[in-house]
Amino acid sequence: MSTLAPNMEQQTETALQVTDLRVATTLGTEILHGVSFALKPGRMLALVGESGSGKTTAGLACLGYFRTGLQHVGGSVQLTDGADLLELSDAGRRGLRGGSISYVPQDPALSLNPAMRIGTQIMEVLRVHGYGASEADRRNRLAEVLTDVGLPNDAAYQRRWPHELSGGQQQRVGIAMAFAFRPEVMVMDEPTTGLDVTTQALVLQTIHQLMTTHAVAGLYITHDLAVVSEVADEVAVMLAGRIVEQGPCDQVLHAPQHAYTRKLLAAVPDLAGRHRIGEVAAVTGAMPIVGVEPAASVRRPAAADPDTASLLSVADLRLSYGSATVLDGLNLELGRGESLMLLGESGSGKTTAARCIAGLNDDYTGSVSLAGKKLEPGTRKRSAEERHRIQYVFQSPLSSLNPRRTIGESVEVPLHMSGTFSRKQRRALVLEALDQVQLAASFIDRRPGQLSGGERQRAAIARALVNAPSVLVCDEVTSALDVSVQASIIDLLRTLQVETGMAMVFVTHNIALARHISQRLAVLHAGRIVDMGPTDEVLDNPQHSYTRELLTHVPAL
Amino acid sequence: MSTIDTHTETPVTIDETPPGLLRRILRQRQAKVGLALTGVIVVLAVFGPLLLPWLTGYTSTEFAGRPFQPDGLFGTDNLGRDVLSRFLDGGLSLLVFAALATGLGMLVGTAAGMLAAYQGGWLDSVIMRGNDVLLALPQLVFALLAITVLGPQGWVVVLVIGITHAPRVARVTRSAASAVITEDFVRASEMYAVPRWKILAKDVLPNITGPLMVELGLRMTYSIAAIASLSFLGLGMQPPAADWGLMINENRTAMTLQPWGVFLPVLAIAILTVGSNLITDAVARASATVEESK
Amino acid sequence: MLGVILRRLSISAVILLVVSMLVFVATLLLPGDPAQAILGQQATPERLAALREQMNLNDPFIQRYLDWLGGLFVGDFGSSTASGGSVGALLGDRVVNSLVLMVAAAVISIPVGIIVGTYSALRRGKAGDHAATGISLVLAALPDFVIGIVLVALFSTTVFRVLPSVTIAAPGEHVWDYPGQLILPVLTLVLVVIPYIIRMMRTTMIEVLDSGYVEMARLKGVPERQVIWRHALPHAIAPVAQVVAIQLAWLAGGIVIVEFLFRYPGMGQALVDAVTNRDVQVVQALAMLIAAVYVVVNLLADIVGIMTNPKLRTGGMR
Repeated sequence: MSTLAPNMEQQTETALQVTDLRVATTLGTEILHGVSFALKPGRMLALVGESGSGKTTAGLACLGYFRTGLQHVGGSVQLTDGADLLELSDAGRRGLRGGSISYVPQDPALSLNPAMRIGTQIMEVLRVHGYGASEADRRNRLAEVLTDVGLPNDAAYQRRWPHELSGGQQQRVGIAMAFAFRPEVMVMDEPTTGLDVTTQALVLQTIHQLMTTHAVAGLYITHDLAVVSEVADEVAVMLAGRIVEQGPCDQVLHAPQHAYTRKLLAAVPDLAGRHRIGEVAAVTGAMPIVGVEPAASVRRPAAADPDTASLLSVADLRLSYGSATVLDGLNLELGRGESLMLLGESGSGKTTAARCIAGLNDDYTGSVSLAGKKLEPGTRKRSAEERHRIQYVFQSPLSSLNPRRTIGESVEVPLHMSGTFSRKQRRALVLEALDQVQLAASFIDRRPGQLSGGERQRAAIARALVNAPSVLVCDEVTSALDVSVQASIIDLLRTLQVETGMAMVFVTHNIALARHISQRLAVLHAGRIVDMGPTDEVLDNPQHSYTRELLTHVPAL
Repeated sequence: MSTIDTHTETPVTIDETPPGLLRRILRQRQAKVGLALTGVIVVLAVFGPLLLPWLTGYTSTEFAGRPFQPDGLFGTDNLGRDVLSRFLDGGLSLLVFAALATGLGMLVGTAAGMLAAYQGGWLDSVIMRGNDVLLALPQLVFALLAITVLGPQGWVVVLVIGITHAPRVARVTRSAASAVITEDFVRASEMYAVPRWKILAKDVLPNITGPLMVELGLRMTYSIAAIASLSFLGLGMQPPAADWGLMINENRTAMTLQPWGVFLPVLAIAILTVGSNLITDAVARASATVEESK
Repeated sequence: MLGVILRRLSISAVILLVVSMLVFVATLLLPGDPAQAILGQQATPERLAALREQMNLNDPFIQRYLDWLGGLFVGDFGSSTASGGSVGALLGDRVVNSLVLMVAAAVISIPVGIIVGTYSALRRGKAGDHAATGISLVLAALPDFVIGIVLVALFSTTVFRVLPSVTIAAPGEHVWDYPGQLILPVLTLVLVVIPYIIRMMRTTMIEVLDSGYVEMARLKGVPERQVIWRHALPHAIAPVAQVVAIQLAWLAGGIVIVEFLFRYPGMGQALVDAVTNRDVQVVQALAMLIAAVYVVVNLLADIVGIMTNPKLRTGGMR
């Protein structure tokens, strides 16, 4: 039965019980307002929330650990024997950490000591907690746990440095460290963020196996609801330091009670496209290519193009950095007003391709043509007209706006370079662009530091729009945003397409967005397009083995 | 078209307008103390010469009595001149030269550092190697070399101290600018074909003011120390000019008898440099917190 | 790793070479005639010509540069215009004396600086930290000679009169025969150099203590002492080695002031005398010596940095 109040009934033995936990900053601001949940052996509780919800703080509190600047001001964390972890001395807590209660960190690159071999780091847990009777016992256990997480366990591998491992392998070392002492409780903090879909699937499998085989109680902290359904038995949804809903997975995910949960679920893009994220009618294969005239404005009229079939045409794009080939003969076509998703995992070359198209990167061979005319590599060599027509939006909302300039000044930059607009005209165009991205006019004089992530991203889009482009290249523009904010940006982009009739290349690694933003889908792997076609076709009937593998591993709600 | 409902987003801590860097600096105790200390000495150095000879009755070069006598407020110096008069007259040249040397170093160093960071490639290598060569000699030794050849003149001292500051400033500027140049908003400006000098001026420079101001403070403190040291060695201001560094050297033989000839200038230099360093420290802390809130 | 080290070595060599050219250019710029300066005003034109020939002053610039450079390697630094004697003979003892000061200062300041800096980092924000940071700030600001004079006033002339303010060893005796006279100069050098070591150690330790892997070690239940020794300190070595090197190199320049102040018979005093007398050969020789010390010490610091960075050791990353 899914409830809104914390579930205090204990049907099975509880490994860890958090009751009314309150945490505040050292200056007095409370950030966790009475959080309660229970972890049971062999079962996984997922703690879900967007950034700032306090989920990591709650997770670390289960180990009796509070980051600098935070302090425990109320509530308890009880173990099986009833003792309150938070009442124990420092030494007492340390004795439990890594031993009975362990932690899998989010970013192994930051959490593994780069100057210590991985074998030594895992052994450290065993030594500190006194596993077994002898060093030999510990060595055996080390080999055992490496096998458990699916890594080679020979001595040579144990002597490797963290930087010699891939992201997925590093993450598994993190899991091995947490699992080495056979803990009763494992707290996992977003352990698969940043991993590609296939590796993520493997890691999730490993975790599942370990937990069920050894009856470990698990807390899985994440923001990704799709992953939750794959891995957790129970879900607790957090918002601003409170749990707003808690209960078994299928109840909470399929019959949510709280408004926030519903909003969150509505914002999660699903691969099957069965529900729409946001409000604007979805851009799917059913929708014809948009051919709406842009609204009349101060802009100059769109140049008359020769009658070619595709607006943007990329042929045999190649780029290498030294001996590493990034783009290996990429071919792409984009029609007028069309929305194309360029899908690729990290290392596939998608950002590089997007930058070559937009002229940010001029090292390539091959051709990028706009309306039949070949473009020079690099924007400085292109004509002003050509620069206007292709615009690019960056991934990071933090990095794409100059923190020392107002939004108005930043959005105005492209106008300065496009010639003869008077100051009044520029301001009018900036206001118009802000209006298009649904930012109030008052934003024009604010600085990026005063805006949220979503608002900054809108401002960045406004900057791209101010010259009325024909092609908008969006490079992972929602990857750094919370799910609900992502939904609103996707909404915005669809609105813009309908209103302005511009074409869009949407670059991302998140395949679940496909049916929500694109009419055509191109799958990029190792610098080459391996699958391209209308979205529905590619998803239902993938041609390439890579695409097929990708689709089988995508977590679904 | 609906306007955005910010409440649909999870509450993110948004800064109210962060107080300007200057205000942040001034809020700290170090800054207040530093400014007070430096202020006192600067006023003394600038207005001191104007008070002669009517305040003490002597100019800084007149003979007032026998050497090392305790007459008057602070006694006489090694040649019988009035210590107080020489003290009042001795700070201005130090400040002026230090300011000029610092200014020169900052100008050249900042330009070199930004160019090196932005252009990269061979220009970067050339500038960095040039830096390494200049940095291979301690600043003082370099100054001594120049003075050997060109003589202990004011402009030589300013030029050589300024030149030795430049590589240090360039190094800091380059590393700060490099961090900014990889940011997307610089790439955006490049994409819009903004002229390169404009990118440096409007996108890069305003975002490295923190480290630059810290460098300014450090260099200023060092300039004062270096120029006073050179005078102390007898290789800066030459007698009979009144100069604090020179005074200290001239009078130290009789420190047991008549310490004021040494103490007054030592105190002045000490207060000046400590004050300057306190201000620099306040600037460093203020700009560090700006970084964190970004 | 070896490749990286060799590359650093060759860069250092080139830098030193360029510095030597810079130093030698001073000869060109010096007004007046070195031969005249040595022989004085009364010298006859023939004797001047003969001396010029002997000193190779008529050779082309490049030739003279190479001769001088070659001389540096074998220890022939030319002749002093002031004394007429060989520069090498003049400097031999003095170099040793200066080294005594530098080594003594290094041996005291490095461990003390590291310990105080670490202590400061561990007690961040508390009274001990504030005190250490405050004192460092003041010491870092004060010019070397001010520190020296204050010490002299404190211990030698005005407050207490226990230590000598000038060096009293007669020529022929070693400076360490009267260890009391070494105390104030060494103490001055230590106080000049220590604030930077403290500050750098503190900053580095704080950065390391805030890192992800230190947090992870704590979350694994590793006792705090082990966290500091095994996880934190090893990462602090490289940056600290850099600062230590810079300070040691700084000592090479700092001795100039200190030796002058205490009339200590070392390289620094010799340098000041030579500059005052416009004795170019000596100045050149000393400048090169000091530059060489600087470059070598920095090179060692870089090598320590390379060796403690596993990424560079395995060549796994560029």
